This record gives sequence, structure tokens and C-alpha cells, in this order.
Amino acid sequence: MKSKARLMQGNEACVEGAIAAGMKFFAGYPITPSTEIAEIAAEKLPRVGGKFIQMEDEIASMAAVIGASLTGSKSMTATSGPGFSLKQENIGYAALAEVPCVVVDVQRSGPSTGLPTSPAQGDIMQARWGTHGDHPVIALTPSSVRETFDLTIRAFNLSEKYRVPVILLMDEIIGHMRERVELPDAFEIEIVNRKKPTVGRDQYLPYKADEDLIPPMANYGEGYRFHVTGLAHDETGFPTNSPAMADKLYRRLMDKIEMHKDDIIQWEEENTDDADVVIVSIGGVSRAADTAMKQLREKGYKVGTFRPITVWPFPEKRLLELASKVKTFVVAEMNLGQIALEVERIIKDKAELKKVNKVNGEAIYPEEIIARIEEVL
Amino acid sequence: MNNNETVTDKLVVNENWCKGCGICVKFCPKNVLKVENEKVKVIDIDKCIQCGLCELRCPDFAIYVRGK
Amino acid sequence: MPSALVNEYFRTNKLPQIWCPGCGHGIITRAITAAIDKLGLERDKICIVSGIGCSSRAPGYMDFDTLHTTHGRAIAFATGVKMANPDLKVIVITGDGDATAIGGNHLIHACRRNIDITTIVFNNNIYGMTGGQYSPTTPKFDKGTTAPYGNIDKAFDIPALAAAAGATYVGRSTAYHTQLLISLIENGIKNEGFSLIEALSVCPTYYGRKNKKGSAVDMLEWQKDHAVNISAASKMTPESLEGKFLIGEFKNSPEPEYTSEYQKIIDRLCKE
Repeated sequence: MKSKARLMQGNEACVEGAIAAGMKFFAGYPITPSTEIAEIAAEKLPRVGGKFIQMEDEIASMAAVIGASLTGSKSMTATSGPGFSLKQENIGYAALAEVPCVVVDVQRSGPSTGLPTSPAQGDIMQARWGTHGDHPVIALTPSSVRETFDLTIRAFNLSEKYRVPVILLMDEIIGHMRERVELPDAFEIEIVNRKKPTVGRDQYLPYKADEDLIPPMANYGEGYRFHVTGLAHDETGFPTNSPAMADKLYRRLMDKIEMHKDDIIQWEEENTDDADVVIVSIGGVSRAADTAMKQLREKGYKVGTFRPITVWPFPEKRLLELASKVKTFVVAEMNLGQIALEVERIIKDKAELKKVNKVNGEAIYPEEIIARIEEVL
Repeated sequence: MNNNETVTDKLVVNENWCKGCGICVKFCPKNVLKVENEKVKVIDIDKCIQCGLCELRCPDFAIYVRGK
Repeated sequence: MPSALVNEYFRTNKLPQIWCPGCGHGIITRAITAAIDKLGLERDKICIVSGIGCSSRAPGYMDFDTLHTTHGRAIAFATGVKMANPDLKVIVITGDGDATAIGGNHLIHACRRNIDITTIVFNNNIYGMTGGQYSPTTPKFDKGTTAPYGNIDKAFDIPALAAAAGATYVGRSTAYHTQLLISLIENGIKNEGFSLIEALSVCPTYYGRKNKKGSAVDMLEWQKDHAVNISAASKMTPESLEGKFLIGEFKNSPEPEYTSEYQKIIDRLCKE
């Protein structure tokens, strides 16, 4: 039934994906341009035996999501820039306590209330470093309605697999865009569930990682009677003041993502084989980049595109390979140069870097990218 | 922990956990206890009526009535 | 061997606890386990949640599923736990600053929803963990390290706040009035809805010392001498109530519980 083509909004596809992934709990707070996600979740979740709650604020929403996840429910919250700022406190908690959860940020213009609710991509760095302290994070960015569906499922799968908060970094363009999509049937969708302990309560060490650096996770209410804290803890889960144990924990949290980078990182590239110029972009801007590339190709210019689907960790290895043969990277983004910072860090002086930036609340148009590239060529 | 336990037929005191706050001493209705060297000591166990008020108000779980 | 109660419900390998000598928090923590014991609740279906502060260290010592969260957020985390798994009995342990300053918004909204969570506020009238700053329950004109000339803020009456916000079971007791405290916690847990029990603790180290309240023993004696049970208060003259404070059961008026109401929606939709 679900495989029938439908006209669907990005935000709706996000909820469809979440439910397909097994989401059973959503806590949120109204904020444009993400509100449809809460509205649709409120309507759909009780129909599949799931729970929706509108909390008193964004901080509480993030807290409730973590609490629900600890009972074994796959949980999600959705927000936009101002709310994303508020959620950072407990995103840090989820990262440290290794509680799987999905946080959707439909980016809008900021800082502060900014230009409600025009599109922007100003939360790239906040998605990576928004909460204090070194911490692991995964952030995914869709650039179509169908991909929003797919990446929401993937966000759940990665968060369950690696016990890490996963940020679905959308932008207003994708969130509010409507496209005709055909969703896959349930049997076609790969679902990943968190690793469960294979030992009883007496032997269970809730933060003792396996060789893959990920500890198996019990649910509250199953008789394991374990402790979860936001303090630095040892393998037992109880607080420690030991410098050695704290060091071991913090490094493992980062290493568990580093170790599995190849599984986590996805990107898409087109016409990069012979490209002199490669446009780097994410989300809504990638649609303009694609049009720009095609128009320039028609004019005979050797232009390609590179689109990180996983923004964090960034597809560093592939970008570096491209840097050895590409003359110029043009980074187009709806901010004043956040992805460009990461690209610059990776390519160093191996290739030239040019930027297309826009922060006036309007989308980046193909002509603007074309104009910048024509300056180069 | 057991090597610093005082066990009488009515009360048990765990000196390792006792912080010597004196709450049990003050609210014991029969003056069975006192604090000595910052630890509670049983001084007159014969008077103990096992009312349990010491156990109820000991913040450190360091004293309790046997058989309860 | 510790007492049977402590041996049963505490992680005895984590004891002795970190609290200062004479801190009332240990008395209250034990009272919670005594109430759980009396109710004979299913052990593995209890989840104890706390925030940050002296009180919030309590769950670490208690042998249940325990969740030590961020400052002020215990009730919000607990709301997620309870919503996702209503079979769990959820108990929140929090402090005066944790529950009514940084967590004040979460507190009133949980009261309003009447979600089945029993919250025990360990009120020591001060921020202890950070070294004695004045809190929302520091009495007016008392001192804290951040109120060196006396606190000019008016203190919250936590049970009145919770009752007004919609909590369906509300009470107050003290570390001294331990039996009453145990029975209030018992009734709070039995109430299917949001219950708040204010447990007046004593902080001899910071609040006591700053305000010349004497030792822990002196502070407990003060509680004994100044508390009046609400059932007795109605028969007393205003003069005789001067300078006293009320303890006892302040509100017990069951209303439909939040997760049950949500379950009704699920059941109705699944029938369609």
C-alpha cells in the first residue's frame, strides 16, 4: 500500500521514515519550519502504538527522548535553530551516556530568532560542536523528499548501532518542499536494533565495550538494575574520578565513530572523473548545484558535484582524493562558510577553494553558482 | 567492612559507615548510645528497647536494630 | 552486614555515601526504600531518576534502574521513561534548586499533566554541591555565599506550588518526622498521578553554618519543635501557629492519569 506514489513534503517523509524505522516515541516543541514533523507524529504515532508528547520546552523534549530510549523505545525529536541550541545540553548527555536517539534540525536563518522562517544552513558547526566537550556525533543531510525518508531510517539505524545521537540536518527548503515519492515496502527496508547484553544482571557491565567499541545496552525494566549518569564513568556505569578511566571513556566515545567511519560516511558525486571544478554543497543547495553543473557541462565546462550525505564525520578521504586532480572546489552553502572551513582543512593547498555564500534568507540559485564558476574558468 | 562492626544482641553498629553526627545519640529515648572519637558507641545496651529510632534517623545506615 | 532493608535495596558496595556528617539526605533516602519495601512493589519495575546536586547522588546508592541526569531535568527525563513504559513505577529524587529553579518549568508541567511520577524534593534550603549559594527555598534574609548581606528573594512554598499546578497528591515532612515521611512517600507512590512530597532536609555544613543554626542535631530539633501537622493545625489559634510550619498530607485528590489517558487514545485508534 505504501509503495504507491504520493505527493509528500520533506517533513512528512521524515515522520514516515521514522515510523518505518520503528520510532515509538516522539517528544517535541512547536517551532517553524519543523512543526509539521511534530504534528504528523502526533497523528500517526498512536495509530502504531507509539507515543507522542508535546513538552514544555526543547530542553525537556530532548530529555524525554533520552528517557524513553532507555526503556528501549526508538525515540526522536525535531526542531529548528533556536530549539537546536536548547537541545545541546542533553545531546551531550546522550553522547556521553551513549543513548540512541535521533534529533532533526530543520535549519532556518539565524542566529537567535533570525529570519523566521527562511532557509539557511547555519547549523553545520553546531551539529558537530554544539554541546560542550569532545563528543561523538553523526549528522546526515538529505537533499530530496525521498532521501529524507531514507536518511531518517538510516539515522535511527546508525544511532541504534553506534549508541550515539544522530542529527538529521535538514533545511527549510527540503523540509517544506513537496515531491512525488514512492516509498519502499517494509520488507525492503533494513532495520538495525541496538545490541542487547547476552549475560545476566550479575555479569552485566553496562559500559564495557565489545571489540567494536560499542557496549551492549539493556533496557530499563528488564531486571538489569543499572545506573546511567552524565558524569564520567567506568565500565560499571558509576562515576569515576580516575584520570585513566575518564581518558579511556572519552577516547572510546570518539574512537567508536572513527573506527566505523567507512560504514557511516556516505556521499554522492557526479561528473567528477574529468572535472576541473567541483561544486561542494549539501541539502537544498545541492539541487541548485546540480542544475548549475548541468548547464555548465552543456557549455562544455568540466564541472562536477560532490555532495556529502554524511556531513559529520565529513567524507574526508574521498574529498582528499578528488583534491589531487581537481583544480578548484566551489563550496556553495547558505551560511558564511562553514562547510568551506572543513573543505579548506582537508584540501589544504592541494586545490583552490572558492565560496558561494548566502545568508539573506533566500535560496542559492543556480545562476549564482554559475557566475562564481565562470569567474574561475 | 565487617571487621569494624559492633554486634550486640539488640543493635548493630557499623563504625566504617558512621560519621559521628550524633543524631542517634540525641534521639535515643533511653540514652543507650554516645559518640566517642567521632564514632557511635553502645554504652548501655541493657536499656535498649529496640524502638528503632536510631535506625530510622541514621543518615549513614550505620546503626540498626537486630531481628528487624 | 548492613540491615536487611539496606542490604536489600542499596548498592552496599557504593557505601558509605558521600554526604557530609549529619546531612539529612541519607535519612530521606532510607525512608524512600522503606516506603518501597512496605508497598511490596515489583523490584525490577522501579526506575529512580535524579538531576544534579547533593540529593541527586542518592539513586547511585539505590539498587534499581537508576538515571542520574542533567541539572533540573530529572522530571523531563522521567516523563520520557514513564510515557514509553507506563509499567514502570517512576520516582524522581531532586533538590530545591534542581526542582524549583533550573527545573521549575518541568516541575509545574509534570504537575499539570498529572503523569504518574512520584517526586521527592530533598529541600535543604541551599545549593550544597556548589558550596552554599542561596536557593529558591532559602528563607528571606538568611545568608548564602551569594547572599552575603541576606537573601531578599521570597522563598517558594513547594507543596503549594505543586498543588496549584495540578499535582494530585502533595505532602510535606521532615528528616526528623521520618515515619510520617515514609507514609507520605508510600501514599504518593500509590497515587496514580503526579505526587510531590517535600522532604525538609538539614544541611549543617552550608546552610546551617552560614545561618548559625547549630549542628545537625540542633537542626533536627528545630524541625521537631516547629512543625505542626496539618490535621492538628486546624484546631490551633493563629497565635500558637506563629513561627511554625505545616507538615502532613496537603492534597489527595485523584484525577485521570496522563499515560492512561494517552493509552485510551491508542486503544480507540486501534479499534478503528
